[in-house]
Amino acid sequence: MGNVLVWAIWVVAAVACLGSGLAVISFSNPFFSALALIANLAALAVLYLLLSAEFVAAAQVLVYAGAVMVMFLFVIAYVGSHADSPLAGGPSSQRLAAIIAAGAILVNVVVALALTTSGRLESAADTGPSFGSPSDVGEVFLTNHLLAFEITSIVLLVAAVGGVILGSERERREP
Amino acid sequence: MGPDVSWYIVTSAFLFAVGALGVLLRRNPLIVLLSLEIMLNAANLALIGFARHLGETSGQVFALAVMAVAASEVVVGLGLIVALNRNRIPLDVDRLSTLRG
Repeated sequence: MGNVLVWAIWVVAAVACLGSGLAVISFSNPFFSALALIANLAALAVLYLLLSAEFVAAAQVLVYAGAVMVMFLFVIAYVGSHADSPLAGGPSSQRLAAIIAAGAILVNVVVALALTTSGRLESAADTGPSFGSPSDVGEVFLTNHLLAFEITSIVLLVAAVGGVILGSERERREP
Repeated sequence: MGPDVSWYIVTSAFLFAVGALGVLLRRNPLIVLLSLEIMLNAANLALIGFARHLGETSGQVFALAVMAVAASEVVVGLGLIVALNRNRIPLDVDRLSTLRG
């Protein structure tokens, strides 16, 4: 019974995830695209919960759906949502090539998965109840991956400085 | 037992293809950035799926690092879009050809 419930939640979350992803790339108004991306991130958070990654799911909702998307919506409101038609620009051969390229990526991943992992992905490892909890993630992050943690802080600092420089009003230097 | 990890990986592949399609087809830089976010999140889903499969927390740590990099990328990308808008450059990636060699 619990088995069926997990499958049902997975199907709903995966369909919502792919549907809202398609909605992001097909709305002509960037504002609606950003709203669809929020739905996409929420559906992904449900998938993370099914994979017992509670802390990452919470961080996803807080950081992405909260902070990043609010920033997106502010910028869309600032520049004005210039509507372009869903698949605007370029000759139709370019459009066809884009669709073939995206399909090739998909087929590539699926074939590689089928060829290299035949039957070996069926039994997941046993994990304790603390798997994915904040203490578990924090311990691994601050012991095994301490260098990555410090580099992340530098990346965020550089990005913040870059954002201020790009966004600040400067006198235009006329040559 | 729910769906095994290969279902999550296939979902992630579909999501990555959707994001790639958005980056290749759309001309509005705002929507290109949103599609980039979809691709990063597809990679995150694969990382977390394999983390659960192998019982290894490191995958979740990588996913958190990817999130931080994605947030930085959004800051710089949106800064560029605001700068373009301020200099009255049209928001169309086909017309941003000043750096063409």
